[in-house]
Amino acid sequence: MTRWTPDPTFYPTPRDAAGAPAEKLAYVAAFDRAAEQPDAIAVIDTDPGSDTYGRVVGWTDLPHTGDELHHFGWNACSSALCPTAPHPHVERRYLIVPGLRSSRIYVLDTKDDPRAPRLVKEIPAEELAAKADYSRPHTIHCGPDGIYVSALGNGRDGGGPGGIAVLDHTTFDVRGQWEADRGDQHLAYDFWWHLTRDVLVTSEWGTPDMIENGIDPELLLGRQYGHRLHFWDLAKRTLVQSVDLGDQYQMTLELRPAHEPTKEYGFVGVVVSVEDLSASIWVWHREAGEFKVTKVIDIPAEPAATEDLPPALQPFGAVPPLVTDIDLSVDDKFLYVSCWGTGELKQYDVSDPFHPVEVGSVRLGGIVGRVAHPSFPDERLAGGPQMVEVSRDGRRVYVTNSLYGSWDDQFYPDGVGAWLAKIDVAAEGGLTLDPKFFPHGDEFRGRRVHQTRLQGGDASSDSYCFPSA
Amino acid sequence: MSWGQLLALAGLGAFHGLNPAMGWLFAVARGMQERSRLVLLKSLPPIALGHLASVAIVASVVAATESVVAGNVVGIVGGIVLVAFGLWRLLSERHFRWAGMRLSTPQLAGWSFLMSSAHGAGLMLLPVLAAGATTAHADHAMPGTRMDGTPVAALEGLAAAGVHTLAMFAVMAALAVAVYEFVGVNILRRAWFNMDRLWAGVMVGAGALTIALSAN
Repeated sequence: MTRWTPDPTFYPTPRDAAGAPAEKLAYVAAFDRAAEQPDAIAVIDTDPGSDTYGRVVGWTDLPHTGDELHHFGWNACSSALCPTAPHPHVERRYLIVPGLRSSRIYVLDTKDDPRAPRLVKEIPAEELAAKADYSRPHTIHCGPDGIYVSALGNGRDGGGPGGIAVLDHTTFDVRGQWEADRGDQHLAYDFWWHLTRDVLVTSEWGTPDMIENGIDPELLLGRQYGHRLHFWDLAKRTLVQSVDLGDQYQMTLELRPAHEPTKEYGFVGVVVSVEDLSASIWVWHREAGEFKVTKVIDIPAEPAATEDLPPALQPFGAVPPLVTDIDLSVDDKFLYVSCWGTGELKQYDVSDPFHPVEVGSVRLGGIVGRVAHPSFPDERLAGGPQMVEVSRDGRRVYVTNSLYGSWDDQFYPDGVGAWLAKIDVAAEGGLTLDPKFFPHGDEFRGRRVHQTRLQGGDASSDSYCFPSA
Repeated sequence: MSWGQLLALAGLGAFHGLNPAMGWLFAVARGMQERSRLVLLKSLPPIALGHLASVAIVASVVAATESVVAGNVVGIVGGIVLVAFGLWRLLSERHFRWAGMRLSTPQLAGWSFLMSSAHGAGLMLLPVLAAGATTAHADHAMPGTRMDGTPVAALEGLAAAGVHTLAMFAVMAALAVAVYEFVGVNILRRAWFNMDRLWAGVMVGAGALTIALSAN
């Protein structure tokens, strides 16, 4: 049933959203690498005034095993206020939760009891394959005319092309493939858009057969993983321009466009350069109508003793930073960069996107460092800050530590564990771990944890159609 | 047309102009995006034009049909269509689907035409238009305004759509400028009443009224 007034979590402008109240709950994707227990959505109490602050307070097991939950998103967000097809009286209440390995998509309802999301629909892999010819669904964004879902592979054989499928806003049925003309785009991963510019951006990882059994050194050194960005006409659904970052820059993953509708730039992280194991951050921007992509941050590998390294890295004598996720605050001021290899979360002031300034850093875990959380100093942590989510007001940052089942096993062969840390952000930048917030280990019941979504929305969930000023 | 009809057409025009989905909000967004009041103002005429086209088609068809069939047939059939459309709008949760915000002036008029048509804006005028048949020979009809013959009747339909759209334009322009200049779009969060539901309710009511009046 629709509402009489707009959903209170929808905001016309990024500035309005940055004034939103603090989240009371966080939803976290939890998966069983062994595929013996069902994957789950864990619910964490994020209300500092509550007795169960920082604890797992809800848990919804899914009916199957082996889904490998990864990313997920809301059925509706602030884009519902966009004036060309407004539907502001729908509710932000359903989590759209894809299984990256099973290609199944779940719809969970958080309304009746936000601490116990209830399964209301299952879209089988067969439906996604039959109607959109896609598999391995990944990123979810609530669009103006439907729910957009990126997918890594085709619906037939574990190869490409990957792309985007559209789900109906109301019934969640698969409407079909989004692309009208994909040009030579073959690899897929993340996507987002500049809604008021009719621009959609996609990035490249690899097809399912390139990633599901672990990172393939031959493919990596052969520079076969993705290294391009694609710019599309959002209205016509056609590929307009592709930009190659250079084939040494392997795996262009997370895309974070500026939230402000008048800005037309965004950030993308590159996991690793095969020339020196460094990671990098790039900015896409438009000059005289053409998109350009410019490198603005280089993060070097850290030398390490061979005996401290997992077999996969021993030939190199160094730890790659492995930038696997980035996130941009709603006010477009701070960019957070996860270095999953070296176990560090970096904070950059990107007020000038072409000249980022590092203003904060927190170390946790890491392939060699194994840095402990200050509240549990005796527990050497595996994994590193990976999926990073920022609250709408920009004051709190949440990080989980698993990357992707089979890749966890290569870089953290003695077990990656499971933890979720919360970091407080000082007004002018600077990061401090919250000592009272560290659900980890058995609290996650043997599962690994991936994306976090905050109740009411977060820095990577909503798009805005109205400028702040 | 009687004064009462003109007033009703204008009133419905104001109601349509009030609905953010009919275009004033898009004009505001275009103005904000380009930081230009002029862009906002220039967006309003094509939006009104698209609305006019959508409404005029229904009005012309009704007027032309009325001139050739028995007086109450249009009212009853039209009323049934209106009730059915209104119920469908009320019960369906589907919304107008559209991706793309950078529209040229003709595209903007096209968007407005589709948006108005999808919402059944013209259909909502049915009770007023159908009343034309019954008031045509009544004493309070404006002197010299009732014309006979199908093409002439269609022209009358156009005139009705014109009056309606003028009122729609005035309300839309006033709201767009007020929100752009003074109020700010954050008002949407509190004041964006669910027009779609109210709209559908009005349609069902108007359809029922038309049937009742025509059946007399």
